[in-house]
Amino acid sequence: MKISRRAKIILGAFTGLVLVFIYLPLSVVVINSFNPSRTFSWPPTSLSTVWWTRVFHSDGVIPALLTSLKAGLGATIISVILGSCIAFAVARYDFFAKNTISLLVVLPIALPGIVTGIALNSAFNAVLQPLGIGLGLATVIIGHATFCIVIVYNNLLARLRRMGNSLEEASSDLGASTFQTFAYVTFPIIRSALVAGGLLAFALSFDEIVVTTFTSGASVQTLPQWIFNNLFRPNQAPIVNVVATMMLVAFILPVWLSQRLSEGSAVGSRL
Amino acid sequence: MFWLVVAYLGSLATMFASAFWTVDSFTGNIVRHFNFGNFQILFTQSVYRVIAVRSLTVAVLVTLFDALIAIPIAFFMAKVLSQRLRNFAIVIIILPLWASYLVKTYAWRTMFSDGGVLVWLLKPFHINPPGYGLFATTLTLAYLWLPYMILPIYAGLERLPDSLLEASSDLGASAGKTFRQVIIPIIYPSIIAGSLFTFSLTLGDYIVVKIVGGKSQLMANVVYDNVGTAGNLPFAAAAALFPIATILGYLYFVRRSGALENF
Repeated sequence: MKISRRAKIILGAFTGLVLVFIYLPLSVVVINSFNPSRTFSWPPTSLSTVWWTRVFHSDGVIPALLTSLKAGLGATIISVILGSCIAFAVARYDFFAKNTISLLVVLPIALPGIVTGIALNSAFNAVLQPLGIGLGLATVIIGHATFCIVIVYNNLLARLRRMGNSLEEASSDLGASTFQTFAYVTFPIIRSALVAGGLLAFALSFDEIVVTTFTSGASVQTLPQWIFNNLFRPNQAPIVNVVATMMLVAFILPVWLSQRLSEGSAVGSRL
Repeated sequence: MFWLVVAYLGSLATMFASAFWTVDSFTGNIVRHFNFGNFQILFTQSVYRVIAVRSLTVAVLVTLFDALIAIPIAFFMAKVLSQRLRNFAIVIIILPLWASYLVKTYAWRTMFSDGGVLVWLLKPFHINPPGYGLFATTLTLAYLWLPYMILPIYAGLERLPDSLLEASSDLGASAGKTFRQVIIPIIYPSIIAGSLFTFSLTLGDYIVVKIVGGKSQLMANVVYDNVGTAGNLPFAAAAALFPIATILGYLYFVRRSGALENF
């Protein structure tokens, strides 16, 4: 089928319309963060950075940001370590229940977040509470790690499968020790996939709210939780706009970076 | 790694077991006594039936809407654009869709708000946009899950060789006929794969409807409210089985129809 000129124009116009649909709501948030009016009468009559300076004095934003960063870092470290262990095991060895393991890794992201959240919540209550450990940052990190592992795992497994065994075999045939092979052959090849997976895992953790709600308890609050709690308060709306804009940038940057590092395959890896 | 698997599976198992337990209405403690009481309430009280039907309707509408948008866009990206433009288009279209879930939902809240952007945009056409409610919920959910539909369809179309399309038109098929008889059958597994995501994500969501849904509730809200305010974990677990059972049922149906075999 030769796609007719008319069809191309129609398809292009449709894609353009969808682009507007995609970008319009996001740009409204960004523009509103510069809107000095408290009530956001649209369109804004003037632009100012007044809320951007106030955000640093606003109640709870900075602690929530720090909590989110800590949770993201913790979850990323755990998921990079565990995710690469599982990816190596699945890619390089045959073992009992291999298929089951690879299914189990995907399960936390395949099931609705609320199911994972409740399950973890009841497990933490049943196991940790008798030990005197309450819900807090540590349980948030564990909760986030359960679904971040799959991101690292998917990215790394794809790279390991593409790379195959031959390079490593060649290296050991040429007399390299296991450690040398890893340091000079394997690691340089998987490095970018690891970084890409780690960045995506961080972004996902930074953005997560459902599992967080069920694992954070009353003492800690992440940035998404802060937004959710202040969303319905009209007098907090200006600050919410600023924080939302900050989150957009904070999320898009790592995803864009990881997209570059993984040669364009990263955005699909959440699937 | 082992402890994580055990912890996760153990907690899932505990949760499903607790669906058959009850809460002592006096002390608030969980009574570990096997019974079907929770399911009886779920099936007999009409409010839950209404919520279940509403959740399914929203999930179907979201899926249809996403498929209708995703197919032309994926086709445009895979078959019309040149390789260079294609990579650029993927980034441009997909990147913002991966941006923060909460921020995007919040963005739609500002769009639909009273005196918000939609009111302002539609004023010249004398249309009064609906405020917060099920329409806003459906649109926001469709917006959120759009990449889950675009990416598989795009991947499916990229694998479809141009020569098949040419052969179809050489044999005298019109563009519409080629679309129906060549393109759709080939991307059918992709659409199914995408719909699995849109379906299950919609059924598991309670935040969007809280933010833009006004007073309406979906099944996941029943789960959430029973964990949080009511403290009735067994009932929440029973309600959580609804989305899981629906998705598993859908998966089974899809597998039987063989749609995923070539995927």
